[in-house]
Amino acid sequence: MTIKKTLLASVIGAAMTTAAIAPFAQAENHLRMAYDADPVSLDIHEQLSGGILQLSHMTFDPLVRWTRDLAFEPRLATAWEQVDDTTMRMSLREGVEFHSGNAFTAEDVVWTVERLKRSPDFKAIFEPIASVTAVDEHTVEFTTEKPYPLLPNLATYIFPMDRQFYSGTDADGDPKDEIVKNGNSYASRHLSGTGPFEVTERQQGVRIAFERNADYWDEGSPGNVDSIVLTPISENATRVAALLSGDVDFVAPVPPNDLERIRKDEDTQLVTMSGTRIILFHMNQERVEAFQDPRVRQAFAYAINQQGIADRLMKGFATPAAQFSPAGYAGHVDGLEPRYDLEKAKQLMVEAGYADGFAITMMAPNNRYVNDARIAQAVAAMLARINVTVDLKTLPKAQYWGEYDDRVADMMMIGWHADTEDSANFHEYLTQCPDADSGAGQYNAGNYCNPELDALVAEANLEVDLEKRAEMLQRVERTLHEEAAFIPLHWQDLAWASADRVDIAPVLNVMNFPYLGDLVIAEE
Amino acid sequence: MIAFLIKRLFHALLVMFVISVIAFAIQDNLGDPIQQMVGQSVPESERETLREELGLNDPFAVQYLRFAAKAVQFDFGYSYVFNEPTTEVILRHLPATLELVAASTFLIIALSIPIGVYSAIKPRAWLSRVFMGVSIIGISIPVFLTAIVLIQLFAIGVSWSPFPADTGWGAWLNGLLTTDGGMPAYGRGDPVPVIGTWETNFASLEGLTYLVLPAISLASIMLPLFIRLIRAEMLEVLQSDYVKFARAKGISPRRIYFLHALKNTMLPVITVGGVQIGTLVAYTILTETVFQWPGMGLMFLDAIERSDIPLIVTYLMIVGLIFVITNTLVDLIYGLVNPTVKLTGKPA
Repeated sequence: MTIKKTLLASVIGAAMTTAAIAPFAQAENHLRMAYDADPVSLDIHEQLSGGILQLSHMTFDPLVRWTRDLAFEPRLATAWEQVDDTTMRMSLREGVEFHSGNAFTAEDVVWTVERLKRSPDFKAIFEPIASVTAVDEHTVEFTTEKPYPLLPNLATYIFPMDRQFYSGTDADGDPKDEIVKNGNSYASRHLSGTGPFEVTERQQGVRIAFERNADYWDEGSPGNVDSIVLTPISENATRVAALLSGDVDFVAPVPPNDLERIRKDEDTQLVTMSGTRIILFHMNQERVEAFQDPRVRQAFAYAINQQGIADRLMKGFATPAAQFSPAGYAGHVDGLEPRYDLEKAKQLMVEAGYADGFAITMMAPNNRYVNDARIAQAVAAMLARINVTVDLKTLPKAQYWGEYDDRVADMMMIGWHADTEDSANFHEYLTQCPDADSGAGQYNAGNYCNPELDALVAEANLEVDLEKRAEMLQRVERTLHEEAAFIPLHWQDLAWASADRVDIAPVLNVMNFPYLGDLVIAEE
Repeated sequence: MIAFLIKRLFHALLVMFVISVIAFAIQDNLGDPIQQMVGQSVPESERETLREELGLNDPFAVQYLRFAAKAVQFDFGYSYVFNEPTTEVILRHLPATLELVAASTFLIIALSIPIGVYSAIKPRAWLSRVFMGVSIIGISIPVFLTAIVLIQLFAIGVSWSPFPADTGWGAWLNGLLTTDGGMPAYGRGDPVPVIGTWETNFASLEGLTYLVLPAISLASIMLPLFIRLIRAEMLEVLQSDYVKFARAKGISPRRIYFLHALKNTMLPVITVGGVQIGTLVAYTILTETVFQWPGMGLMFLDAIERSDIPLIVTYLMIVGLIFVITNTLVDLIYGLVNPTVKLTGKPA
């Protein structure tokens, strides 16, 4: 009798729970989002680009990740310690599974780092790592040739891949872990990570669909998004229209011209942030003799009104810059302000013997950075005031970079984001003495060369004491500023917009990798 | 007839050959595909290896011959962006474009013939004047703007209330100036699969709603042109002797207009129409970009932006082929409508 009753009760109970769960299951939280482009591949080691890193954060987990204020947050690594100057030991999270069901172990990390060292795009930043070894199932040890203070920064790029899943050969007999830039590889079409989302459908250039990983390890994550469809909408106006009409819930980037429109709309919210990508002009000392005179370079720096560009052209969508490093970076020097002073600029030109000015050529892309061509026009107009005649040419990005590599103009625009989120990276690519063999100063279109600074940066890269290191990097920034090695314009702001019920603000960051696993959509 | 078709086939081959040579010749100006494939911080040595692998360092003639040797076996190479054979990529994007063009063509035919004929029969009626006025505006507004305005009006919605809302007439006038929006602003939604890679928007009402705005904006370029063309032709035909004679004979105006006059009006319209359908395919580049319609136009623009040279070359050749085919079809139809035209130009 009692057994029967209990049975009956449990049956009714079960029926009630299913009844209670059913409507909840129907009210699935679906996120429709639109970016300006979709990831080029599912192989996260195929290209080092924003799109691929955004995909990585959705479908994989890094060992550590950046918080909003640029501190490190443990993810698949739970703790790390410096064993000695060249060795770092990391403890890994236990009980984590890949989408395929394979367990995550130290071997996967070793395998992933070795693959990164083979990737044409990533091998340069992983150069400092000499070896990785699995100490036990959940501990790895990184060793570097020389002391290297940026290992935790590198760990943000290590998204452990499923070693077993990517081992062996595919139907064509090609190894599954092969990295192919142009062609069909197993890894570019199949994905198994530990991340919050699994890819369920992908049609390149049209849509990519994700479903929440039911066994996601991070139970502390507030994220409640069950599925995502990402549509690339390259046309700015259409992307904004799709949000305003309610066809999508989350868009990025938001073009500056539409910021007001979204702010005014009642059902959408806008999040902006000062970015970390510096936009600057190089002055080529090899092509123009006058640029070898620091006074001329300073005159150029004094003649350009960064604040004006940020206010009027960018409509406040930029932070005027006087150095490479944005606030928060080790090398950022507080109080280094743009030095717009036209009188001073004219006076310096007179001192340098160019009172009558001279003529230069200038080149900039017209679809790479926000308002790039118009910024170049403004700079050209500002230089006219110190009698410098500028012959400006703007090009689509597809053509621009080839011209940039050939250094075909006297002043060229470039925007740079430090892959390592570290100040030294700016100098290494943009102002180090150019050397074709070592690849140093690869984008130094100014041909500025100061061996003392190069030595200082090299030294900083061996300095494990982060405070001392920051001091060195700040010294580099100050010298570059004094010598006017280049003309910094601004750090381009970032903007995202979403429907009100999608709470995007907590998951956004200056790297522009939204942590969508933690995204919360308000229940209706 | 067969001689004519064979001649046209050679035409097509010649056009495709010329296009491929031109496309190959300008590829250096299309940008560096390597730049698009690698991250910014990748060293030059890696880029050089990749360039060598793709054979981009070879001289023009070598690259072209390598391409041509494969092209004659219908192998047009691999797309750099999609990592698939270019023909497959284009085939996958083709149905979306063809559906869009078909929907626009339907709109153009369904609207231009009645409107054109009406304004020719009653040239002084106020409605005719409205049609002509609107069509002038239609011709002068770029398709890009039409598309954005359509999205604003029917996808986002506009609310504008310049009149006092508390009075009956004010509320009514405000209502006229307010649209609800609600139409989809981009993409194809979830088209229904038919065969292989062909998915259709025609199979469901929901699919059709996605098609409406892009089809209207694409049609907006050609519609005014056709209305004016039909009107002008019809006016001319109505002045001709045989129409006057038919009238004198007492044949009903209906019969004269729609049987005798319309038939002769349509001759030049078919010629222009055939050429314009090719142009319509070209205009899809703009429409598809604004509406993010996943067809060939959008794909082509993407390919240009990413310097996907094999895809660009294949697309141009296929568009050339489409032009030749539509022209051939027009000539065939022309022969049917007007038996005095000889296809081969020789006495039959």
